[in-house]
Amino acid sequence: MTTIAPNRVRSSAGRLWREYGWAYLFILAPVLLFLVFTLYPVVSALIMSFQQYNIMNSTWIGFDNYERLFQDATFWKSMRNTVIFTVCTVPVNIIITFVLSYLIYQMKTKWQTFFKATLYLPAVASGVTISIVWLAIFDPTNVGLLNRFLEWFGLDPVIWLGQSKTALFSLILMNWLGSHGAGIILYLASMGGVPKSLYEAADIDHASGWTKFTRITWPLLKPTTLYLLVTGVITSFQVFISVYMMTQGGPNFATTTIAYLIYQTAFQFYEFGLASAQSFVLAFLIILVSVIQFKYFSSDVEY
Amino acid sequence: MKTRSKTIFLLIAAACLIVWSIVTIIPLYWMLVGSVQDSAATASFRPSMLPEAFSFAPYERFFAKTAAWRWLLNSLFISSVLTITNVFFASLAGYAFAKLKFPGSNAIFWVLLSTMMIPAQVTLIPLYILIVNVFNLGDSYTAIILPTAITVGNIFLMKQYMSSLPTSLIHAARIDACSEFGIFWKVILPLAKPGLAVLAIFTFVASWNEFFWPFLITNSTEMRTIQVGLASFVFAESTDFGAIMAGASVGALPMLILFFSLQRYFLQGITIGAVKG
Repeated sequence: MTTIAPNRVRSSAGRLWREYGWAYLFILAPVLLFLVFTLYPVVSALIMSFQQYNIMNSTWIGFDNYERLFQDATFWKSMRNTVIFTVCTVPVNIIITFVLSYLIYQMKTKWQTFFKATLYLPAVASGVTISIVWLAIFDPTNVGLLNRFLEWFGLDPVIWLGQSKTALFSLILMNWLGSHGAGIILYLASMGGVPKSLYEAADIDHASGWTKFTRITWPLLKPTTLYLLVTGVITSFQVFISVYMMTQGGPNFATTTIAYLIYQTAFQFYEFGLASAQSFVLAFLIILVSVIQFKYFSSDVEY
Repeated sequence: MKTRSKTIFLLIAAACLIVWSIVTIIPLYWMLVGSVQDSAATASFRPSMLPEAFSFAPYERFFAKTAAWRWLLNSLFISSVLTITNVFFASLAGYAFAKLKFPGSNAIFWVLLSTMMIPAQVTLIPLYILIVNVFNLGDSYTAIILPTAITVGNIFLMKQYMSSLPTSLIHAARIDACSEFGIFWKVILPLAKPGLAVLAIFTFVASWNEFFWPFLITNSTEMRTIQVGLASFVFAESTDFGAIMAGASVGALPMLILFFSLQRYFLQGITIGAVKG
């Protein structure tokens, strides 16, 4: 009896290797990179968030970093800014994307391609380039395009990015007017997948355009909307480049987002422990909001 | 009556779309026009919406004041390497997860996937310490490339894509005594070409446009990518409108040209691996 067991183990390991060795080899490189560059950093950051970090000797301080950040007015300001930015951009962007997609869907194929390409175009330009251009558009001197546009209508120039009243709104405005191309393409693909027979059946019942929209179009496009909602929230919770390039979080912390605060805490003040604690609060929020969205907005649509 | 109201609706729809298209395009148009006007950096200068006083002087100033050629080369090299590593390894792993049902494949895949929701800010500091202090790789190409050499997102996309390929061909190749890697290389890759092309394009564009990690990990002027260099130039030269617009254009033009030449892949590629709805 005792001699059989090790043999069996060895032979089953050998069999596993013979049969599946290649498969494990195929995923080896990404798994190794994952362990070193994702899993280890996550665990390390979690430990760091409970430490007064120092390269040589870190001291364990329990929840002190978390207590500190919850008492920090700048942290709450950055949370507020991030939430305002997200709440103002994501739903409005989805509505803009949906309306544009709906309008494009009415066009002939040739024009669909034209509008898709045009509206997608700015998405291939880098965040740095877009920020630089918008920095010039918001320029309060006579370079700025937006103030020249206001001047046309006889309105007074606005110091868009330079005062705390309008700075965050300026970043939101820039986001609204950015590219919605990717979302439009996804919506159009889904709209093409809605069976025509549903609309024909609705026509027989003399359903109004609004009824068709609320009963057919919107429910069947829900998975796409959910996808845009979740990815949109995750992205805007981490907004950084435009803040770094255009306002540096100012004036008076009016545009300091949580991602920018983490960058400052870590790489300008070198408070690695505190920054790690901030990043875990951000991670917790992102996961929480994503789960809530999946729970309340997803529904299995069969057609 | 019905067709007439339909025509009016279509006209209004077209008008709305044209107006919104103009709004979307104006920043890029203004950037390009501004980059070929000689502004001469005076306070009273107002850049025109039309290409007046045409001149390449802003570009000359931008390239003269910066190491932009080196930055472009860095970006080209880094983006190319990232494209090759991501396409090869992500398709290899995606194929393994989709078609080779091995013990633990689902568990490993879900562990990988579940970490995608963790924001980059969490791993940033340990990653920085690891690369700079432990591996001593700060300010190098390796440091910029390694953390995103194979991304989980790309593996996910390739798994989705590989799942749609016919399994029967794999069985046929196995009967013909093809090695497992031979099957991947000679049977799967040729079949997956459209998906690989899309992955390559999106990885290249994303790597070219990446700002934060290269910005954090580079110190010397020569190691900067074009995006990082461009940002540093803007902070140093905030008054030379023409040169700034020329720089912004240099950062974006290669991708705009890529978009115009490979438009079809861009517009169809987004739906690969996305939700069905």
